[in-house]
Amino acid sequence: MKLALRQTLALTKRQLLALWRQPWFVAITLVQPIIWLLLFGAMFKRVVEIPGFQGGSYIEFLTPGIVIMSALFSAGWHGMGLINMLERGIMDRFIVTPVWRGALIASGLLQSIVVIMIQSLVIIGLAFAVGARFSASSVLLQLALAGLLGGAVTALSDGLALVARQEETLIGAVQFVVLPATFLSSGLMAANLLPGWIQEVARFNPVNWAVAASRAAGSDWALVGTRAALLGGLMLACAVLATRAFRVYQRAV
Amino acid sequence: MNSAIEAIDLVKTYPKGVRALAGVTFSVEEGTIFGLLGPNGAGKSTTVKILTTLTLPDEGRATVAGLAVIREPEAVRRVIGVVGQKPGVDPEATGRENLLLQGDLYGMPRSDTRARADELLRRFGLEDAADRLVRTYSGGMQRKLDVAAGLMHRPRVLFLDEPTTGLDPEARAEMWSEIERLAHEEGVTVLLTTHYLDEADRLAARLAIVDRGRVVAAGTPDELKSELLGDALVVELDGTIDGALAALAQVPGVREPVLDGRVLRARANEGARAVPAVLAALESAGVPVVAATVARPSLDDVYLRYAGRSFATADREEVNA
Repeated sequence: MKLALRQTLALTKRQLLALWRQPWFVAITLVQPIIWLLLFGAMFKRVVEIPGFQGGSYIEFLTPGIVIMSALFSAGWHGMGLINMLERGIMDRFIVTPVWRGALIASGLLQSIVVIMIQSLVIIGLAFAVGARFSASSVLLQLALAGLLGGAVTALSDGLALVARQEETLIGAVQFVVLPATFLSSGLMAANLLPGWIQEVARFNPVNWAVAASRAAGSDWALVGTRAALLGGLMLACAVLATRAFRVYQRAV
Repeated sequence: MNSAIEAIDLVKTYPKGVRALAGVTFSVEEGTIFGLLGPNGAGKSTTVKILTTLTLPDEGRATVAGLAVIREPEAVRRVIGVVGQKPGVDPEATGRENLLLQGDLYGMPRSDTRARADELLRRFGLEDAADRLVRTYSGGMQRKLDVAAGLMHRPRVLFLDEPTTGLDPEARAEMWSEIERLAHEEGVTVLLTTHYLDEADRLAARLAIVDRGRVVAAGTPDELKSELLGDALVVELDGTIDGALAALAQVPGVREPVLDGRVLRARANEGARAVPAVLAALESAGVPVVAATVARPSLDDVYLRYAGRSFATADREEVNA
């Protein structure tokens, strides 16, 4: 147990250091969500005037959506790094050690969540700068839910990387899932103004769980609790699945 | 004799029906260097992957340091060191960080991890580069770091998959002496794969020649060479080569003629004395000769004898395949 923890932390440190040493990557990770926030913010500014839209400022409404969407994006691409490790033989070097397979997945989750936290804080900070206001509990909630959803998607992305072992497959899967999952949620538009069938689909969409719960700080703690629990369970299930993917990998190579 | 590695009837077929191993059997004595020699695609790397728990065979069994590879992979992983064909070290970390991480993964005591990393960096001449990112290393330095990483936890059995491929002659010679030192001074059992005949000849106490997923010959380099009586005759031909084999069959004292592309190979007890007769026979058969050489038996000849084609030809065929 103690050894598994040491392995996980050592591997997480390696990944974070590697990221820190690629400032371009860090910059792009941060700039993209800022563009989303400002672009959507400007484009849909007058959406709040639609009858039935609750709340005053669209940026304030949009920010949790962009926080969750950005977490989804950056987690979705996480498997690319793993494919790179497979190609370079780095993963093989880890697998021939007695390292706990779960540590290989958990370290990726931790690194990904750290990135998502920084990214989310930058988005929230920028939203604040352009006039949006959030309570402290709302900020913490947005971070926590982005982390949970991001963790689950990171594990899925890493698991898929181990099974598919090629970038094309992962790129295809991410493209196929990420945008539709965002639009089939209340991320950019108030839930009560979405078409009925989208509202129906959104009920089963983890992205919507995260977005809806992030907006419910202080108003609907029951919703927050259930959605956070669902996302936590999902993350755990995905992590177990990704750990099992090592067996598929070892059978295929 | 204690076997450090035992492979019995290993069979492995990849998806799409590619048969990598068709029954590979060999054993390696403790504390010795064993060479798996063969062209690209012969099944060397697959054998190493099975023995190092990276992949499972379809059939057969194996033990490493007395531990069953398929049943007790965890225990096997503790006692083996692996240096794969791909670099395996992290280019975005420093040399020292790469080694320390290995110590963490094996759960070595922290002070020992630091001391061992220093020791290996010194031993492989990487002290000055220890705190530089690995992506700034030369190919030879990366390879050394790779071997050092494989040695961090003091493995009893070390697997080296083509350790000198792509190295310049100087780096290659250094790697050779380091591998010899490991086996002879530290008692580490080393299994190395190579497609360089000279490397197997120089390093391996025993070797197995692998071709198309099978062991076609095994023994010490000298045993394998002495099975081939006499010198090797190599005659390069030009123009019409029909009739060359028939012409050679007429020459007394010349055995096992083989035509390998435009190159005619044969064995003769006293090669130098056979050459004039061979040239005369070819000339009267109307086969133009470009060059003729005589050589003492080499592993290349051993390979030709057992695999039915020369080493270089096999390598090309596999690459083109």
